[in-house]
Amino acid sequence: MSTGADSNGRTPVLELRTLCKSFGGLQATRGVTLRVMPGDRKAIIGPNGAGKTTLFNLITGIYPVTSGQVMLFGRDVTSWRSDQRTRLGMARTFQVTSLFPKLTVLDNVLLAIQGLRQTKFVMWRFMSSYKEAYEKAYYLLEQAGFFDRKDVEVRNLSHGEQRQLEIVLGLASDPKILLLDEPAAGLSSGESTEMARFLMKLDPKLAILLIEHDMDVVFDVCAEISVLHFGELLETGTPEQIKKSQRVQEIYLGIG
Amino acid sequence: MSSEKIKILVVIAVLLALAYIIPHSTSFVVLLATRALVFAILAMSVDILLGFTGLASLGQAAYFGIGAYLAAIMTTRYHFGLNWDFWLLIFLGMLAGAALAAFFGLFAIRASNVYFLMITLALGQCVWGLAYRWSSLTGGDNGINVPVRPSFGLDLTNERTFFFLVYGFFIVSLLLLYILVRSPFGHSLAGIRERELRMRILGYNTWLHKYIAFVIAGAFGGLAGVLWAFTNGIVSPETVVLTTSVDALLMVVLGGAGTLVGGVVGAAIVFGVREYLSTLVPWWQYVLGGIYVLTILYLPSGLMGIPAHIRQWWIQKSKDKNPKKLASVTS
Ligand SMILES: Nc1ncnc2c1ncn2[C@@H]1O[C@H](COP(=O)(O)OP(=O)(O)OP(=O)(O)O)[C@@H](O)[C@H]1O
Ligand SMILES: [Mg+2]
Repeated sequence: MSTGADSNGRTPVLELRTLCKSFGGLQATRGVTLRVMPGDRKAIIGPNGAGKTTLFNLITGIYPVTSGQVMLFGRDVTSWRSDQRTRLGMARTFQVTSLFPKLTVLDNVLLAIQGLRQTKFVMWRFMSSYKEAYEKAYYLLEQAGFFDRKDVEVRNLSHGEQRQLEIVLGLASDPKILLLDEPAAGLSSGESTEMARFLMKLDPKLAILLIEHDMDVVFDVCAEISVLHFGELLETGTPEQIKKSQRVQEIYLGIG
Repeated sequence: MSSEKIKILVVIAVLLALAYIIPHSTSFVVLLATRALVFAILAMSVDILLGFTGLASLGQAAYFGIGAYLAAIMTTRYHFGLNWDFWLLIFLGMLAGAALAAFFGLFAIRASNVYFLMITLALGQCVWGLAYRWSSLTGGDNGINVPVRPSFGLDLTNERTFFFLVYGFFIVSLLLLYILVRSPFGHSLAGIRERELRMRILGYNTWLHKYIAFVIAGAFGGLAGVLWAFTNGIVSPETVVLTTSVDALLMVVLGGAGTLVGGVVGAAIVFGVREYLSTLVPWWQYVLGGIYVLTILYLPSGLMGIPAHIRQWWIQKSKDKNPKKLASVTS
C-alpha cells in the first residue's frame, strides 16, 4: 500500500531508514526501516523488551540515534530536538502515564493546546483571557467525555481515565501522526474495547502508529502489523497474515 | 465566590492593613519591615524558580549583590541615581541582574535537581569571591558605604517615606509576577515543574522557558539589590554571601513555595526572629533553625498551606462524624 501511495507522489509522514540504537553493549534497535503514509494505521507488536518504546523514543527525539535516519514529512529530523519534531505535526503518548498530576484536567489540555502556539511565551496576559484556547479544550474534553471532570486534579483520576487523557493530550495539537505507546495498558477488557472504539472514530486522515499488547485493540484499529523482535523488524503484514505466521507464534511462545 | 478570589481579597486586606499599621509603629519596626519587604522581593524571585518552575536556586544572592553593588558604586562614585535618575538606576539594576542571570543561566539551566542547586551555589560563590577580592571596585572586605538616599520630591531620609517607596516596589513586583504566573508562560512553567519530558513532547522548548524564568528572577533579584543598598546603607561581601541565598530560599519554603506572598511571611518571620530575638537571647539562631526544620517536616506547603490543612482536617472530621450525610451529598 505504501509503495503505491509513493508513486502518487505523496510524502510519507514518517520514514525510518535503517535506524539503530545501542545502549552500551545492548542493541535495542537494529536497522529498522519503516514507512508511514498519511492516514495509515499501523501497529508494532513484539514481546517485552523488544525495543518498541525505544523506537518511539528515537522517533520523538528523546534518545539520539546511533545510526540511521528519522524522516518526518519528508524532512530529515534525526538531529532535531523533541519539541521541534512535535511542531512539524507529530504527537505521542506514553506507556507509563505521563501527565501533569497536580494540574487540573483542563490545565493539562490547555498546556497541550498551547504547545504549538507562539502565545505560550506571553507573560503579560492572563491565560484565562484566551477564550479560543479554552473553547478548543472544552471541545476536546467533550469529545472524550471528560467535560464534567475538567476541574479535577489529574492525580485524582482513575487509571483508565488517565490513559484516555493521555490520548486527548496527544490529539490537542492536531497532529498528522500520532504515536500511541500501549494505550490500553492496565485497562479492563471493557475499557480496552471502549478505547479501541475511540481510536477508530478519529479523523481518518490522521496516521497512527500503535504499540499494543492487546491484540483485540490492534486488530480493530490497524490494517497493518509489524513485528519487532530483539530490536529487529521481523515481519510485516495484514492482521490475517500475522495471525497465521509461524515465526510470530514462535516468538510469542518464546522459541524464536 | 471562588477560593482564588477569597485568597486575593485576604492578601489585599492584609497588605492594606500593613500599609496602615507599620507607619504608625516605632521607627525600629518601620526599618525592620522595610528590610523584610526588600527580602520579600528577593524571595518572590526565588519562588518563581522554586515554586513555579521547580528549580531550587542557591545563588540568588548573586543578582541581589550585583544590584546592590551597582547602586553603591553609581551613587558614591558618579553621584548617579540620587535624583530622578534613581528610576534609571532601578532599571539598570534590573538589567544587570537579568544580564548576569542570562550569563549564569547558560551553565545552570542545563542541569537539573541537585546539580542545578550546586551550580547556582558555585556561581553565587564566584560573585562573592569577586566582591571580596576586587577591592578597587568593591571596597573589599569593608564594602561601600551608601550614606545618602535619593531625593526627588520625596524625602527618603524619612524612614516612613522610604518604607512606602519600598512597599510600592513590592506591590508592583507582586502584581507583575502574579500576572506572569497566571499567564500562558506561567502555565508552561508549571508544566515543566510537573513533568518536563511531556512538555518537550508537547512542543515546548523547555530549556528556553526555564532560561527566561531564570533571567526574570535575576532581574527581580537585581531590583531587590538596588533597594537593599539604600535600605541598609552599606554594601559588602556580607550582602552576597551564601547565607543571603539560603535565607531567601528558606523564606520561600517557610512561607510556602508557589504562592508568591509566602515569601513575605517568611521574610517577616526571619527578620522578626533575627532582629527581635537576637537582642533577647544568644541562641536565637537555633530558634530559626528549629522553625525551618519543623516547617519542612510538618508543613511542606509552608505557613500559607495552613488554611488548606485546616480545611482538610475539618472535612475529615465532619466525614468521620457524619459519614452517611456526606455520602448523600457527594452522590
Ligand atoms: N535508557 C536505556 N538505557 C539502557 N537500556 C535501555 C534503555 N531504554 C531501554 N533499554 C533497553 O532496551 C531494550 C528495549 O526496551 P524497550 O523499553 O524499548 O522495550 P519494549 O519493547 O517497549 O518493552 P515493553 O513491552 O516491556 O514495553 C530493553 O532491553 C531495555 O532494557
Ligand atoms: Mg515499551
